[in-house]
Amino acid sequence: MSALLDIEGLEVTFGRTAAVRGASFRVERGETHCLVGESGCGKSVSALAVMSLLARGGQRSAKKMRFAGTDLTSLSDREMARIRGNRMAMIFQEPMTSLNPAFTIGSQMAEVMTRHKGGSRAAALDRAAELMARVGITAPGMRLGQFPHQLSGGLRQRVMIAMALMCDPELLIADEPTTALDVTVQAQILRLLAGLKRELGLSILLITHDLGIVARVADHVSVMYAGEVVERAPTAELFRAPQHPYTRGLLSCVPVPGRVQRDRPLGSIPGVVPAVGAGFAGCAFRSRCAHADETCTRAIPRRQAGDAHDYLCRLEPDWAEPQPA
Amino acid sequence: MLRLIARRLALGVLVALTVMTLAFLLTRLSGDLAVSIAGPSATQADVEIVRKAYGLDRPLYVQFFAWVGRAMVGDFGQSYFFKDSVANLIQKRLPITLTLGLVGLSLALVISLPLGILAALRENTWVDRGVTMFTMVGQAVPSFWLALILMIVLGLQLGVLPISGTGTWQHFVMPGIVLAFTAIPALTRLTRSGMIEAMASDYIRTARAKGLSRARIIFKHALRNAAIPVVSIAAVQLGFMLGGSIVIETVFALHGVGYLGWESIAKNDFPVVQAVVLVLAVFYIGLTLLADILNALLDPRLRTG
Repeated sequence: MSALLDIEGLEVTFGRTAAVRGASFRVERGETHCLVGESGCGKSVSALAVMSLLARGGQRSAKKMRFAGTDLTSLSDREMARIRGNRMAMIFQEPMTSLNPAFTIGSQMAEVMTRHKGGSRAAALDRAAELMARVGITAPGMRLGQFPHQLSGGLRQRVMIAMALMCDPELLIADEPTTALDVTVQAQILRLLAGLKRELGLSILLITHDLGIVARVADHVSVMYAGEVVERAPTAELFRAPQHPYTRGLLSCVPVPGRVQRDRPLGSIPGVVPAVGAGFAGCAFRSRCAHADETCTRAIPRRQAGDAHDYLCRLEPDWAEPQPA
Repeated sequence: MLRLIARRLALGVLVALTVMTLAFLLTRLSGDLAVSIAGPSATQADVEIVRKAYGLDRPLYVQFFAWVGRAMVGDFGQSYFFKDSVANLIQKRLPITLTLGLVGLSLALVISLPLGILAALRENTWVDRGVTMFTMVGQAVPSFWLALILMIVLGLQLGVLPISGTGTWQHFVMPGIVLAFTAIPALTRLTRSGMIEAMASDYIRTARAKGLSRARIIFKHALRNAAIPVVSIAAVQLGFMLGGSIVIETVFALHGVGYLGWESIAKNDFPVVQAVVLVLAVFYIGLTLLADILNALLDPRLRTG
């Protein structure tokens, strides 16, 4: 069976800045796929490009952009709006501001349903209450009549999730859904997403910078850097045998019980993600990479490190770190 | 919601009392009333008679409370100049001012809301710059000049509208346009900036992610939030229009309350001046209250306040 979401060679530019440069990733049905990377590496922009929600000035093109067999690049704005919120839903990083302060929770949830599936407002409100209970909101009947400012951040994110589920979407795109929340609430939301995936057969494209979250919920991971997907692998394999120097760098920044030694400092990657213009050639990570040489300014091959594992680097699979002298 | 209204009402009464006190004191400060009423040729004896007749010989606080007491029941006394009661005078003039104000505000909203929305949706294009230019010119043009230009073009050259008087609804069109122009620049710019802010907000991104139609996103989700500051300012603008339309009422010979107040100041007709100030203040207070209520209806976060 073909992938639910199949993106190949996605390019997004804002004026002369290239935010996404030929990113490719696939979300299989029923899996959680993580896009991971530092701030500014093009994760969110990729997701927004898939949803056709790019801010003004954003230009998108792709070799291939298929969702459940439909070519997304060929759709008009109107046709795309029919898919958004219906078959493909999205939740965001900012639960505090993502709901309209002027309307009740019930009205904001119901309009998704009446827009895409028709039917009465009353039926839509029933469905909203049912989903609010499903995502762990107590007293949904009362919440329907409340306004966003009367709810906490965690509750608002739950409302966003319930709202995203109104039309039974095949794909849920979650852009850093827990970043703005308390650690305890974060865990609850992640558990909720995992449960929804299992019970509803939902596919999730989860964007995060947090490798802890990746380890907990992802089936597959795409590591993004400066607008490119530099490594793709099943989660377990990525953690066991990371190939790209950037992936290894990211992993060295995270404390892992048993692996971190008491007196050795945690790793860090010097510098920040560079802004890359159109026409940039070679590896964008070379300025921060300890293994860079002159070949890194040329075209970089995509190397295979396993069945579903590939990466973008001049180094051979399972290259060894030079031992510190 | 009820508590909010009650609190604003109480505040309004306080403001009204303050305005009454100030209006009373300022008229007394402007000189000896008895002298000005009696006129330049009056003798000292005449002045004393006038002083007695109008009760101006009583202590100030007695005069003040007598006036306040009667004003409470709608009795503002007799005009010194017009042979009529002040209440009657105002009653006759008020419909003209109200009509003018409402025509002005309606025109202003009908023009500035669409312009502001359009400019916001076409931000940084020639449409937006054109609208901004228009508001700047609108702000710079003095009302009396615009009034005269309209009279010359529409009234005299084209002959489509009457240039003065209050006979028919057509008489209110030109003054309405001029009055509207005093509010259009501010309202347009507020609508524009409110819409730009709303359209860039996270909840509009959510609305788009929900696949809602463009019309629903703009007119339901964005406009509802952009309207909040516009409502406040529109109410204040209408207050200005009612009180500050003196120039326009004079140019177009519309004998409204503003014109009455201006006439009365010139003639030292103090009971009328005090009453006009009070009536306009009450309108202002009422409009502010109305704006607060409308805003509370638009923005649920204000309802608990």
